[in-house]
Amino acid sequence: MTPTGPSVHPYVPNSVPAVRAAMLAALGASDIEEFYADIPAALRLGRPLDLPAPLRSEAELVRHMDELLGRNTSTRQALSFLGAGCYPHHVPAVVNEIVGRSEFLTAYAGEPYEDHGRFQALWEYQSLMAELLATDIVNVPVYDGFQAAATALRMAARLTGRPEVVIAGAVDPDKLAKLADYLRPDHRLLLVPVDPATGLADLPAVRAALGPGTAAVYADAPSYLGLVDPALPELGALAHAVGARYVVGCNPASLGVLSPPSAYGADLTCGDLQPLGLPMSFGGSHAGFIASADDPVLVAEYPSRLFGLVPTEVPGELGFGDVAYDRTSFALREQGKEWVGTAAALHGIAAGVYLALMGPAGMRELGTTVLARTAYALRRLTEVPGVEAPYAGAAHFADFCLRFTGSLGAAEVNRELLARGIFGGKVLGATDALYCVSETHTKADIDRLADTLQEIVK
Amino acid sequence: MTARQAVPTSAADALIAPKPALRRYHQARWDEPAIFDLHTPGARGLLVPLPEPELAEAVGDPLAALPAGLARETPLALPELSQLHVLRHYLRLSQENLGVDLNIDVGQGTCTMKYSPKVNDTFVRDPAVADLHPLQDESTVQGVLAVIHRLERMLAEISGMDRVSLQPGAGSAAIYTNIAMIRAYFAARGELDQRDEVITTIFSHPSNAACAATAGFRVVTLHPDPDGYPDLAALRAAVGPRTAALLITNPEDTGIYNPRIAEFVDLVHQAGGLACYDQANANGILGITRAREAGFDLCHFNLHKTFSTPHACGGPAAGACAVTEALAPYLPRPTVEFDGERYRLDDDRPDSIGKIRPFYGVVPNLVRAYAWIMSLGPEGLRTAAETAVLNNNYLMHQVSRIRGVCVPYAAGRPRLEQARYSWAQLAAETGVHSEELGYRAADFGTHYWTSHHPYVVPEPMTLEPTESYSRADLDEYAAILAEVAREAYEDPDTVHTAPHRSAVHRARPATLDAPAHWAVTWRAYRRKILGEQL
Repeated sequence: MTPTGPSVHPYVPNSVPAVRAAMLAALGASDIEEFYADIPAALRLGRPLDLPAPLRSEAELVRHMDELLGRNTSTRQALSFLGAGCYPHHVPAVVNEIVGRSEFLTAYAGEPYEDHGRFQALWEYQSLMAELLATDIVNVPVYDGFQAAATALRMAARLTGRPEVVIAGAVDPDKLAKLADYLRPDHRLLLVPVDPATGLADLPAVRAALGPGTAAVYADAPSYLGLVDPALPELGALAHAVGARYVVGCNPASLGVLSPPSAYGADLTCGDLQPLGLPMSFGGSHAGFIASADDPVLVAEYPSRLFGLVPTEVPGELGFGDVAYDRTSFALREQGKEWVGTAAALHGIAAGVYLALMGPAGMRELGTTVLARTAYALRRLTEVPGVEAPYAGAAHFADFCLRFTGSLGAAEVNRELLARGIFGGKVLGATDALYCVSETHTKADIDRLADTLQEIVK
Repeated sequence: MTARQAVPTSAADALIAPKPALRRYHQARWDEPAIFDLHTPGARGLLVPLPEPELAEAVGDPLAALPAGLARETPLALPELSQLHVLRHYLRLSQENLGVDLNIDVGQGTCTMKYSPKVNDTFVRDPAVADLHPLQDESTVQGVLAVIHRLERMLAEISGMDRVSLQPGAGSAAIYTNIAMIRAYFAARGELDQRDEVITTIFSHPSNAACAATAGFRVVTLHPDPDGYPDLAALRAAVGPRTAALLITNPEDTGIYNPRIAEFVDLVHQAGGLACYDQANANGILGITRAREAGFDLCHFNLHKTFSTPHACGGPAAGACAVTEALAPYLPRPTVEFDGERYRLDDDRPDSIGKIRPFYGVVPNLVRAYAWIMSLGPEGLRTAAETAVLNNNYLMHQVSRIRGVCVPYAAGRPRLEQARYSWAQLAAETGVHSEELGYRAADFGTHYWTSHHPYVVPEPMTLEPTESYSRADLDEYAAILAEVAREAYEDPDTVHTAPHRSAVHRARPATLDAPAHWAVTWRAYRRKILGEQL
């Protein structure tokens, strides 16, 4: 039996001393150090890295990770009403099965002829999203919905050559921070606060903000506060009236029941794929989509990859390739549109599998159930004395704002809920918090929240 | 065996002949239609919870409450399939795809295709990770915050830097994050108007140039000197009061380590600029040399490359930005802090560049990278790096003996974790181009990529064996290349007409740049190519 010392590692086949020695011998080298001859002594670390000692076996690693991750309390163990950009939808088992396949999980940048499956799955993702969004162009996913919004706005700004982007309606402050950073070199953000009485876009204020310098108007549908703003079509008309583009961020899980933004004037639609079959993963499973009409002027502004269908040398085969590759930074470096690199392709495949499983009936049922649960939650929770819904006049999807008017503020309410095994909403301020329900909540869950709040909120 | 009569030796040889020298591979070919063609009206792949009758009664028709014009009117034209048929479709597509787990993926040079341990996938699928909401109370997420914080400290040690952010969504997002921090640093010093140039090299990833331009900088690109090293004289000419930063990879994608890297950094510092290290190629130097020793101010890692998280068809990836104390105030918010007992998120960072992505990073990949480092430890990381370098020099030795190939620049010098080759001689002598060698290599069950634009090296090929492949794997890959090169000289038509054993044949890309013909989606295809009225 060959002795195996501590330096032989299961992940490193050629760490076997005899193999290593034989390879060195084949190269006429006495030591691997010879290959490092170009690294000057002054740049050498000269000591072992100060890292934890390895967990030698897989069994020990599993035990360690179980202990560490066991300190978490998941939303399976508690009743959670958190949303605000990361949503607790059901992830179908088939989605996990497909994205867990080695052939997809461990592939990278293969070519259309030997990674045909990847190209087809991603082209189908684009196509399935196109049906959801009612657009003819959808990109290979970017990192997340923040990046998608930021890039869509830069696309609009490049198209118009104008300096200012007007933000209408309520938008996630973290997303605004990303937009501010990403647009800073060339564009200004102009935030138009929502009407405090309704939570909806302040149309007169938006109108006043628009002008010849406006590149784009941006709105979220539903808004950060969960509102389906009746002004969404009007915002597009206002943008177009001054020659600006209309960019709408949307929650794709809502589009079985809500109109796709392209149907009410959006030139560019963007958003996050996480609601479509991706786990929450502590905020780690996001991916962004950008979509538009099949207009060459628009297509030329996409930084990301667009897979297109082409014939192969054999009739009847589906072939694929990169559409208009020479707009990308892969082709043109700093002359390309923004940049493209590894982003979140597998999440696109996941979303495609999800949409294929759901079909039109599933997406409609999903939307209907979420709308109904949101409406019920708003009604049931505001029956609790001391709980109000400041924007209850508008239709909501998934997210909704609650205001606590009793002696406890929103954060204190959360603390009390947590003590009772419930994760309350995201705290927005002293009295307000953003709660969320999805199809995974039951009427009994909402009733339990209401009953618990009744105990807490005096 | 006692009950059977022994088979004569010659017949046994016929039954079990020696294996052929090269693998007989054939990819699954399913002729799988587009999923829209599998549509069966009325079929269901998944049922969704419906509102309970009592709840439905309480709220009435939820669609009726939607504002005018905002209820979906056009029906969704998604295909309808039963669950097995969705599964079967995607499983067939998976069989028409390669991955590290299936092929000797050394041909995807510059991308560090290594083994992603299966056990690490089990951690991220566990509800203790998958079903955590990012806005949960900190007391309920101490485990995952510990993973993030510990991984940050590990990467700080591996780079020598002071603080680390794991928020960027991938390597290019980390490059952009570093540029954004550089911009914030000079803005805070009132120098941004003056320092509007970023210097990079042609062998660095295109995202270095592209991210700098996106962040508003003018890009100056250095070309290699005759030996393939970044040109020090060109840097001297380029650097000055307008220099905001140098963005550089070392070793670059040629695999050549620039021994004068500290001099490069010093020159930029003397001019008042910052030095930023793209460590996408760190796999060969783990535990051997660090950004700190060479004087860098910032660096980034690609966790899906060096730290073994899966590449996932092009993401999700994860990036890590490491900075010195001077740059720490500009890190994305929130940061993860530890007081010795509890982990917490610090969002109160007034000088931060803000958010680079939602929440805190690609957490599943952070968990995987943490587990990978924990399973290797300091000695294991060094073993991985040394083995990657040994494998590369071994493969270079084998491949260099093939007719028609050479390794440009730095003749006789070793390479670190990868090498860029040129088939210029073979192309000149046979008319077979590097790209075509890749088509033919696919017939042997492996992947080969011709690397980044611009093709400074003619007819390029970049091989990066990493530590994951055995000596036999490397010999097999070299044998495949030798066979394909032999065919180029002796039977070029076989190469010109490849691939022969893939799921599909060579695509005809002519229409991909033609707006009237490109078809990015099924509906565009139906409208533009089939002429349907939708």
